Amino acid sequence: MLQPHRPPAPSVFGSLVLIAVVIGASAAAFAYTAGWFSPQRLTPDKMVDAFTPTAGAPLGHRKNHAKGICFTGIFEANGTGSALSQAQVFTRGQYPALGRFNLATANPNAPDATVRVRGMGLQISTPDGQEWRAAMIDAPFFAVSTPQVFYDLLLASASKDPNAMKTLVGAHPEIAAFGAWAKSAPWTGSYAEDRFNSLDSFIFVDNSGAEHAVRWSLLPTAPPVSVSPDDLAKRGPDFLEQEITERVRGGPQRWTMVVTVANPGDPTADPSKAWPEDRRTVEVGTLTVQQIEAEPDGPCRDINFDPTVLPTGIRTSDDPFPAARSAAYAKSYDRRTAEAQDYPRTTTEAKP
Amino acid sequence: MNGIRTRFTVLQRMLHWLMAVCILAMLFIGVGMVSTVMPKYLTLVSIHKPLGIAILVLALIRLVVRLIYGAPPLPVGLPEPMKLAAHLSHYAFYVLMIGMPLLGWGMLSAAAYPVVLFGGVHLPAILPQSDSLHTLLWNAHFYLAFAFFALILLHVAAALFHALIRRDGVFQAMASVSTDDGVAPAE
Repeated sequence: MLQPHRPPAPSVFGSLVLIAVVIGASAAAFAYTAGWFSPQRLTPDKMVDAFTPTAGAPLGHRKNHAKGICFTGIFEANGTGSALSQAQVFTRGQYPALGRFNLATANPNAPDATVRVRGMGLQISTPDGQEWRAAMIDAPFFAVSTPQVFYDLLLASASKDPNAMKTLVGAHPEIAAFGAWAKSAPWTGSYAEDRFNSLDSFIFVDNSGAEHAVRWSLLPTAPPVSVSPDDLAKRGPDFLEQEITERVRGGPQRWTMVVTVANPGDPTADPSKAWPEDRRTVEVGTLTVQQIEAEPDGPCRDINFDPTVLPTGIRTSDDPFPAARSAAYAKSYDRRTAEAQDYPRTTTEAKP
Repeated sequence: MNGIRTRFTVLQRMLHWLMAVCILAMLFIGVGMVSTVMPKYLTLVSIHKPLGIAILVLALIRLVVRLIYGAPPLPVGLPEPMKLAAHLSHYAFYVLMIGMPLLGWGMLSAAAYPVVLFGGVHLPAILPQSDSLHTLLWNAHFYLAFAFFALILLHVAAALFHALIRRDGVFQAMASVSTDDGVAPAE
């Protein structure tokens, strides 16, 4: 029809084979990329599954840090942070904050005194439309140095093999260091007396484009009072939530945000390694918690405190955890929102 | 226009091949990013979002161009079921090219995630925060991605079938590198 003389046609069979090979290879490449041929790949699903208690996780809750209570307040920047980061959140001024005090457990009904690690999720919004989300804990350093070892730790903790933990701790001494902290560090009777640390390192980018490797902490202005775990156990399963609710009703609670700047050579890729005490610190502002709201109807319930939601002027460093946390938190969010019908949003009026 | 076009216009061919690269990259990035917790996860996500918006913009341009210039007619001798499959697949492609980015954007909006493009450029939320909407859109985005890839495989198989076995000019209508639009004089 179009060309006067066609080249001789290849055999139909040969053509069909060629088509099958092209399609088959494309499908295989896609499946490979999706990890279907890589059972060893550490996927967000595997990470979140590893948190699931053997008894079955209650539906609709966060898959870790499942117990928590919402707060709202303001972050008041004093302006000094602008020397380190161009993010608007460090420009002198007040910015709305939303957050969640929480316990590092997969059980939303765990008694408060049984959970060693406490955390704070935080979101600060600025008028330029940007958000800074963070998820911090009260430990001064993390238990492991890579996401893979974290996964191995979760598996070892759930393992029935008595040697599983021993073997892992032998290979990763930082786990023992964390264990020593967990055993010896004082407990407080209030979220308001706890210090919350980013642990992960991030990069602040200032107005000149210069980069600063940093970690940050929220230091309580309320003086910490040490209480023995035995005494805490007598206070009832939800004493932390009741205490912070009462306390904030009596007056706003404050934390000072302190940014610690790394020296050249400090380990930024490993949150299990604390930086030396003498590193430069900069007080950049104050978080004021003004109101506490129960999680079911609170504004924090549907927020994923993904630590990679960062404004311009803050970015991730070579620390591999924020990426792993972002991937796993998103998976947790996808699952719990899909289970939302099992987590009634409206609490019953008749509360004890 | 008083002739019958045997090829898509140069603009249509350029859009087709540019989008072919973008969409394939998008699908591979998508299945790759949701299957890893390694630092490349963030890199892949940071490409996925702006590339999705770029595909949405290109698809809307392409739709307008298609409505203006149409498509060259299929060969007269093509069996009716194949004609039907060709037409339906084109509709499906437009639905997916425009729908997938909107589903992704809507899904992020319903989860109250900021939709970040390059640097500090943000898109507004197109939906309010909603657990049920997020789940619905997430599922649609996820499963339609596999349907999209399957459709592309079918499309490639059909294109090669036209090129190698039927040799009826359908493949050349889009694959030709000729800079003219192949308008044959009207009979």
